[in-house]
Amino acid sequence: MSDHELRVSKIRNGTVIDHVAAGQALNVLAILGIDGSAGEGVSIGMNVPSDRLGRKDIVKVEDRELSQSEVEVLSLIAPEASINIIRDYDVVEKSRVDRPESVVGLLSCPNRNCITNDDEPIASKFTVVDDGVRCTYCENIVRDDIADHLDVQT
Amino acid sequence: MRQDHLISAANLSREGIEAVLDRAAAIDADPAAYRQRHAGAVLALCFFEPSTRTKMSFDTAMKRLGGTTVDMGTVESSSVKKGETLADTVRVVEGYADAIVLRHPSEGAAKMASEFVDVPLVNAGDGAGQHPSQTLLDLYTIRERAGLDDLSVGIMGDLKYGRTVHSLAHALTNFDVRQHFISPESLRLPRNVRFDLHESGAQVREHTELDAVLPELDVLYVTRIQRERFPDENEYRAIAGEYRIDEETLAAARDDLSVMHPLPRVDEIAPEVDETEYATYFQQAHNGIPVRMALLDGLLTRAKGGKR
Repeated sequence: MSDHELRVSKIRNGTVIDHVAAGQALNVLAILGIDGSAGEGVSIGMNVPSDRLGRKDIVKVEDRELSQSEVEVLSLIAPEASINIIRDYDVVEKSRVDRPESVVGLLSCPNRNCITNDDEPIASKFTVVDDGVRCTYCENIVRDDIADHLDVQT
Repeated sequence: MRQDHLISAANLSREGIEAVLDRAAAIDADPAAYRQRHAGAVLALCFFEPSTRTKMSFDTAMKRLGGTTVDMGTVESSSVKKGETLADTVRVVEGYADAIVLRHPSEGAAKMASEFVDVPLVNAGDGAGQHPSQTLLDLYTIRERAGLDDLSVGIMGDLKYGRTVHSLAHALTNFDVRQHFISPESLRLPRNVRFDLHESGAQVREHTELDAVLPELDVLYVTRIQRERFPDENEYRAIAGEYRIDEETLAAARDDLSVMHPLPRVDEIAPEVDETEYATYFQQAHNGIPVRMALLDGLLTRAKGGKR
């Protein structure tokens, strides 16, 4: 066990999201809708040393296993992340995130003149392009700081 | 959701474009043959922004096909003023009309509206987004003057916010056209349009000065640099003056150059150009009628289940 893994305690059951880009841990929790109000145990390591990333964040959520759709949206802000499902302290499943084809209702369009920012009965919809996402309505492309446009509170 | 709307020029194929232009040419040659083609049909004109040319040309086109139009009037006099959503407006209007023409100040408005209606919907301009029916008449005009392949087309002015430019750039990728974009650095093409041009493999070059490329152009498409985009009036004047076309500018152009403009112009093309062989913009505006007749004819015929 390396030093940085000791910074946050092991969990018995749940999910460990590893290799999150440094500084994105709180956005990962926002995407998952986790704010502690449901009583789940959450451990966060931020800016811990990483051989692969230099610095990384790590998120451990007790008693919750991520769904495929949750893993997909994670890929938008943490494309290098790995997902470890833990049962009785053992890793029973380990996977990398896959980028989805589209995300609906998750991001707000940064183009203030986009119809999705008017008071219309539609959800935002973005298609995922090579290195970003693209609004299906105004066709604006978001490449940098995607997490800034999350339609959830951090 | 039906698919037979005209929302973005990015969705136009070469075959689709040529079908509309061929039909427009047939209408131009024999307008009387189309006079009662859509008798009894109703076209709704929903313009959430002021418009003269586009609105009048759709109105005229529908009437010349034998149909009628209903006009929602100005935003100030409509239920929009009471806070009605666009989604509700088009769902109500769908019950009144066989097709809808929509202009709206928000980008993506036509795309969204098309998801709520089953009648054909035409995007007549959505903010700084797209204006595909203008592009069809632009292409018709270019084809009349120079054909649509092996061309050098210069597009100059406000490329960032100019919806006619965005649509034209997308549509030209269907043809063998070298596209030259001439603008101040601050008004260059938006990232999403450059992305699409790159993805399509289009031959594209960007310039800040017209001089470098003018002699090789077959078409120079001029657009207005909008004063409201500049916080400083002096900065606007300095830039706008650099992108003004007059007879002296055109001395370096080929004799068969076509100067086009979606209109209205302010002072980006000097009146003295009007009397030259270069001036194509008024013919371009006139072409709006047969092209929009052809577009509406296709949409209404297919909506009735008929063949074009």
